[in-house]
Formats: sequence, C-alpha cells, structure tokens
Amino acid sequence: MSQSSPRRLQPAPSVTPGPRAKSGETPILAVEKLTLAFGGTVAFEAIDLSVQPGEIHAVIGPNGAGKSSLINAISGLYAPQSGSVSIGEARFTRIPAGRLAALGVARTFQNLALFNGLSVFDNVLSGLAGAQRAGLAAQWLGLPHARREAQVHRERAAEAIARLGIGEVAHRPVGTLPFGVQKRAELARALVARPRLLLLDEPMAGMTATEKAEMSRFIREAREDLGCAIVLIEHDIGVVMRLSDRVTVLDHGRRIAQGTPAEVQADPAVVAAYLGVEGDPESEAA
Amino acid sequence: MSTALDLPAKPRDLSGPVGIALLLALAFGLVPLTASDYLFEAILTPFLALALAGLGLNLLTGYAGLLSLGSSAFMAVGAYAAFNLSLRVPGLPLPVSILGAGLVAAAAGLVAGLPSLRLKGFYLAVSTLAAQFFVAWALNRIGWLSNDSPSGVINAPRLVVAGQSFEDARGRYLFSLAIVSFLTFATGRLVNSPTGRNLVAIRDSEVAARIVGVKVARTKLLAFALSCFIVGIAGVLWAFAYLRTVEPAGFNLDRSFQILFIVIIGGLGTLRGAFLGAGFIVVLPLVLSRLGAALLGDSFDSGTLEMVQRIVLGALIVIVLIREPAGLSALLHRTARRLRLSA
Repeated sequence: MSQSSPRRLQPAPSVTPGPRAKSGETPILAVEKLTLAFGGTVAFEAIDLSVQPGEIHAVIGPNGAGKSSLINAISGLYAPQSGSVSIGEARFTRIPAGRLAALGVARTFQNLALFNGLSVFDNVLSGLAGAQRAGLAAQWLGLPHARREAQVHRERAAEAIARLGIGEVAHRPVGTLPFGVQKRAELARALVARPRLLLLDEPMAGMTATEKAEMSRFIREAREDLGCAIVLIEHDIGVVMRLSDRVTVLDHGRRIAQGTPAEVQADPAVVAAYLGVEGDPESEAA
Repeated sequence: MSTALDLPAKPRDLSGPVGIALLLALAFGLVPLTASDYLFEAILTPFLALALAGLGLNLLTGYAGLLSLGSSAFMAVGAYAAFNLSLRVPGLPLPVSILGAGLVAAAAGLVAGLPSLRLKGFYLAVSTLAAQFFVAWALNRIGWLSNDSPSGVINAPRLVVAGQSFEDARGRYLFSLAIVSFLTFATGRLVNSPTGRNLVAIRDSEVAARIVGVKVARTKLLAFALSCFIVGIAGVLWAFAYLRTVEPAGFNLDRSFQILFIVIIGGLGTLRGAFLGAGFIVVLPLVLSRLGAALLGDSFDSGTLEMVQRIVLGALIVIVLIREPAGLSALLHRTARRLRLSA
C-alpha cells in the first residue's frame, strides 16, 4: 500500500542554476521549464525558478497570474505537464505530496488548511507527523522511545507556538479563532518541522498593517533561526520589497521578470504589466 | 500534561480519572448487586454491545471522517468468526476466540476499506454497502459458516472463562462490561496518541495531512481495521451475551443504520458519544411503549410502537443534526460546565 509511486528521475548533479543564483551552491529549489494546464487553460508555462538556501524569494503578479498554481505544483498537489522540480538533489516531474515533509518542505495555504477539530497545540504537533518514528503499538503501550519522542515533539510544538505569540489560545479549537490567529497557527505548524524550504501562499492576506508587520517579522526570524529558504506569494508590494531577497514576477502564466526587489521595481515590463498601470488597489499599500 | 515553556495548562474536562473511576465502581460494583434480570437482559447487555459497536464506528466515522454503512456486516463477521473458532478449535479459550474474531473482522474491514483510498464521503458510504450485502449473501450461501444449520441460525457457545461461568443474566452483563471497559480504555489511548491525531487530521483536511507527512493511505486502512476489530467484538457480544444465538438476519442494514444513528445522536468524534447514543437508542423504545400504553391503553400494540419509534427517532436525528451536530456529548459537556460555573 505504498503511496502512488513517484516518477522520480535520477538525482541531477548539474541542476541549472537560475540566472542570478550564487554560483557553487546547489539551490534548495530549482523549477525548470515547468508547465501546467487544466484542460485547455494554461495556468503557467515554462517557468524557471531557482531559490538558494536561506533566500526569501517572492513570487508576485496580478490575480490569475498562476502564483498559487505554481506553489501547488511545487508541492505536488497539481500535476504539471512538463518540466521538473528539484528539491535539493532530488529531481521530480511530479513531486509526490506525501514525500514533501520527508524532503524538508513545509507550506501554508492561501485559504488555510488547518485541522479545525484539533486545538492549536495539536495542529502544530501534527506538523511533526512526518517525523513520527514510533509505531502504533509503541505509542499505545507507551514504550520509552515513543514517550520520549512524544515529549520532544510536544516541546517543539510549544516552542513554535510561543514563538508565534499564540500561547494564550494553545488549547482552543483552532477553527474558533480569528483568521489572523489561524494564519499564525498554520505558520507554526509549518515551522515546527524545521523545513529546509517553506512555501507561503499569501501568509498576510486579509491582515491589518500591524499584523502584516508582525508576520513579516516571524518570516524573517524563521529564515534567521532555521536557515530555511522561503518562497512567498504576496500581494502587498511594500511587504515584498522590504522582506524578499529576490522577486519573480508572473503575468498570465509567464515569468516576465526576476531579480532583486529594486531591479524588478525598475523593470519596464513589470511596471507595464503590474505595478504602475491602472493601479492594482493593493499595490498602493506600499 | 507537562509541556515546556509557558503555555497555559490544558483544561480538564468531565472525563477525568475521578469521573471514570466512579463510573466503573458503579458499573462493576453497585449495578450487579442491585439490578434485576430484566434490567440486565433487556437493557444493560444490549446497551453495552451497541455502545461498543458505536465506539468502533465512531473511530472510523467520527475520528477519521470515513463514513461506513456496513457496521452490522462486521458485527456478523465477528460473531460468526467467534462461533466457528469455538466450534472448530476444541479447547480454545473463549477470550482467544473473541480476539481471533476481532482479527478476522479487522481483516474484512481492511478489504472493505480499500475503496476509501479513492472514494470520499457519500461514494465511500455506498461502497461500504457492498460489504453489507456481500456478508449477508455469504452467510446465507456458505453453509459451512453456520455449521450447515438449515436456517443459518446457530446457538452461541457457553460463556465460560477459566472455569468461571458467565451464563446467567448478571454474568453476561459483567462479561460484556469487562470487554467493553477494556476496549474503551484501549480506544481512549489510541485517539490520544499521535496516530489518533493523524486520524482527525485526515478527517479535517486530507491535503494538509498529506503535506505534513501523515501516511494517508496507511492511516485510513488502519482506521478501517481497528474500527472493524471493535465492531466485530461488539458483534460477538451481541450474539453470545445478548441474543445467545446467531442469525444473519439480525445483522442487516437496519442494524448498520442503528449504529450510525447511535454515533450521530451521541456525538461524532467523542468516546462517550457512543455510550450516550446507545443508551438513548436502547431506552427510547421502552419509554415510548410505557408512554404509549399509559396514554392510549391497549390500542398501542407492538406494530404501532415500532412505527412511532421510527418516527420519533427520525425526527430526533433531524433535530440533532440541525440543533446540536456534536450530539448528546456536547449537550452534556455544556450542561456540566454551566452547573460548575453556577456552583
């Protein structure tokens, strides 16, 4: 009863680094010529994306540009038609979603995918499901190694919860909490596994300026403490410019620019497609 | 719970050790001394068997979110497996044959659970009907299973454990109570373990569960196997301790629905829900018949009773689903909290 067998290719020693990748280092995430279509509708086409360890990489673009689809394809929820996704040395045409945790990848969802029947604490604990080693019998009998593992996991969960400042509500059912708190709980569930790569799909959607500032701080701290790379989808250009090391701009499923925030901001194609013209209301929040 | 750092302590609920100890003392101590044979035979023993079946189904439907309409098929598998083990392996101790029956039911559940890897919700429920019909068919067609009894009806073996007979009404109650208590304790440990958390994770968001590394396929099949293990043993109790005979017709689709109603009325995803729901289902007809006889006299016959019972039950399920989707368990929980606050 194994999971659907991954179509895994040979480890790719010579992964083509993205155009501006620091040479010599294997990127933690390398997306190459990735194309995804639903029926006849192309979500995105021939996307290249390379993220170095410890880098915060924002993916921006107007609504419908294919940002969320890209994250979902990288995390194995959608099956791309062609191209490849490499996590470290492991290269896939389609990543099996069930192996993400083992590959050191964690993510959050645009519209939240929490376990609403569980408390905040148990939600965060389940972020360590991929790290559970003790079998059912050992858990049930309370064998020493199972108890030790459970204790270590509880401590890690408590730490992640305290770090995100949601300790007060740790034992409340997560579904009863305000949206902003749920967003934090979901981030805690992703961080508790200490991922190498963190995919954040609009972590600040619907937040106030204060909440956004706090969330930005949590994201920056996560990078500093865990050294993880972060792929961030965000609409608020101000946040993106302050937070990210590099930015990829998508428009209508194509990559139209990539570079540092300053470079991207100055790119005429980006200005035309996204920033200045017609004024996306959210971009004014900068 | 001793978590590090400064998280507030986990709030305690009703099911603390004191409450459980009191309940056990009552069930093992006071009830056997005071209850009448009628109470044991007509109420307590069927209550225990149905509660255990509800507990098993709740593990699958309430915790893991996998809907099954085939519960009574697995009760039948358990009952017939225990019967055959006792019949064909002379000298096999009763506890071993009951354990074996649970394992056979678990294996059947594992097979019946395979569609759950592809199907969800309503479609999965329909696929579990296949188990229901297949088991009924097999028990009617394969004479060997009922020791070639022409009607398919068989007599339950004597309830004797280590020379101790549990044949009388009180004995059968205590026998059931011991098994139900142990399995409830075991299930409690399971749902509070990391594996139990994984079950709820799959129920609440299968995609997120997969992403955080829950082995979804394996955990679903595990839920089916464990659930059917418990339901199978409930079938043994139903047949051996309550009815004292086994017949395929007793394990029909009506029984499956009854167990589902127990879980819904009692409270999905709670241990005590199965007991509250089973208590309700067992007591309801008795209350109705007394009430009917008092109000209408002789014209309230058994046919009318059955009809009224169905109407009341149906209405109650609709009301519960609308007003209190978390069932009697949530109602009890809130009432207790209000009492504590006002005290």
